[in-house]
Amino acid sequence: MDDKSKMGSLRAGFVDALLEIGKSRQDVVVLGADTTDSLRTYMFGEKFPDRLFDVGIAEQNMIGVSAGLAFSNKTVFCGTFTAFLCRAVDQIRNTIAYCNLDVKIVGSHAGLVTGPDGAAHQTLEDLAIMRTLPNMRVIAPSDYYSTYVLVKQMAQTRGPFYLRILRTDMPNIYTDKRELKIGRAETLIEGSDIAIIANGALVNRALTAAVALKAKGISAQVIDCHTIKPLDRDTILKAAKGTGRVITAEDHSVQGGMGSAIAELLSEEYPIKINRMGVKDKFGESGEPDELLKKYGLTEDSIIKEATKMVGQ
Amino acid sequence: MSDELELGRMDFTKPNRQVSVPQLQQISKDVRTRILQILGEAKSGHPGGSLSATDIIVALYFSKMRHDPKNPKWEDRDRFLLSKGHAASALFAVLSKCGYIPDSELKTYRKLNSRLQGHADPLTPGVEIPSGPLGIGLSEGIGMALAGRLDKKDYTVYVLMGDGEQDEGEVWEAAMSAAKFKLDNIVAIIDKNGVQQSGTTAQIMPTDSLAKKWAAFNWNVIEINGHDFSQILPALDQRKKGIPTIIVADTVKGKGVDFMEGKAEYHGKVPDKEKLQKALDQVSKE
Repeated sequence: MDDKSKMGSLRAGFVDALLEIGKSRQDVVVLGADTTDSLRTYMFGEKFPDRLFDVGIAEQNMIGVSAGLAFSNKTVFCGTFTAFLCRAVDQIRNTIAYCNLDVKIVGSHAGLVTGPDGAAHQTLEDLAIMRTLPNMRVIAPSDYYSTYVLVKQMAQTRGPFYLRILRTDMPNIYTDKRELKIGRAETLIEGSDIAIIANGALVNRALTAAVALKAKGISAQVIDCHTIKPLDRDTILKAAKGTGRVITAEDHSVQGGMGSAIAELLSEEYPIKINRMGVKDKFGESGEPDELLKKYGLTEDSIIKEATKMVGQ
Repeated sequence: MSDELELGRMDFTKPNRQVSVPQLQQISKDVRTRILQILGEAKSGHPGGSLSATDIIVALYFSKMRHDPKNPKWEDRDRFLLSKGHAASALFAVLSKCGYIPDSELKTYRKLNSRLQGHADPLTPGVEIPSGPLGIGLSEGIGMALAGRLDKKDYTVYVLMGDGEQDEGEVWEAAMSAAKFKLDNIVAIIDKNGVQQSGTTAQIMPTDSLAKKWAAFNWNVIEINGHDFSQILPALDQRKKGIPTIIVADTVKGKGVDFMEGKAEYHGKVPDKEKLQKALDQVSKE
């Protein structure tokens, strides 16, 4: 993980896709709220100056203006830090989601991995909030490539999306550049003793944990559940049935996020023991991403520990 | 014109139709009657802000705006955004009179399985945006105005807000951005009736210097009496190049019904049967 060439930026994946989309589609517009530098959407403005609108530090207005553009047959990407986006939940609910508008809402700087900026910026509730809105689809990719591919698919899929991306670079997972699909969870390692289902910053940690578990004689399946809604029921149920034990891991609250979505599914369809790893009803704090993940129990070591406990070794 | 209207022959796709002030007053009378009938049937809703907004909406739909009841999504239409969505009954009354929805449908307002929701909603043909939570309509209007500019369309976006609505911070976010984007294809209108849900604006949140505030936000500000068509119509044409226009229209909450006028009580309450009849008698006579 120290090798920089093996790291990639989710924000770069987002904007690289956006630049390609903008080139082929005149109807795609981008909105920012004084964070176009952070989200790198200023690059869209450099290429297509007529189609980038910066509304200033005014997230509610950004959502409203996005809605107006979408009502006028534009496909809109609007984004800012996730923490600030959440102040516009009313506008997101009553216009974007309610009217099923073609607006892709991009929240960056989510989770503990936001680091030194502290609890104010480390949104741990966004997946939960967005997941409850009818019509809203929710995506949390884990690396440069998956962000790039899923953003391109989002543009081709009409209707509202929430995309959660991160401040920090993440190890490249999809070096095989395989085909990915919105709504299809990706099995990265097959396994028979336990299924570790993760999203975002925890996917690479789940992979590292699975390798270590294998050395201990535990066969762990690793699934990248990049689409939290609609949830890939088939893949998750198959994994639950195949292993009998499920760990969910995410840099998000255990309340309402991917872990909850999977618990809801399993409790109705195949009730088995499930361990939801995430932040336990707490706010974050300042610190380096790795320090924070360690303090809040979201490292490869904590996954190994929980998995070992569950398998009973 | 009235005959043409009654016969459904009015061509709303032609802008700036020559409709006289007495004709508009006649239409308003009928719209106010419809509002009270709609609300009476629903037994809930918002009479005060619907009656105050009536003349503005009538001026737009019957004189000023280019629109097509037979093709509500006509891409060249002028847009009317009811940001103060609780005044839905006024909009539905006007839409039915223009022919967007059959009169018979009005009785379904606020009832199960209806296209006429409690707050204006695009489920209804001719309604552009959902509303209810206040402060978002102007933002949406700005999005539509930006789209019009990108698409090289010459439509105008009209956004009707309340004065109570001015309490919302988003209104001022939107105000700044419309000026920044130099949008001259948007006209905002404030139905300044001086009363909000739980009291007068003076009591709840004073809005006496609204015109100054909007001028300070670099808007072209016009102040009028919002019940006087001879002031409403010319104001709609007093636009300036490169800056957005706002009309601050002084109105009376509950206009036309003596026991409702200026009363917060009738913001969201429908009178009982006896009082409703009294109200109907008054608006048809006025």
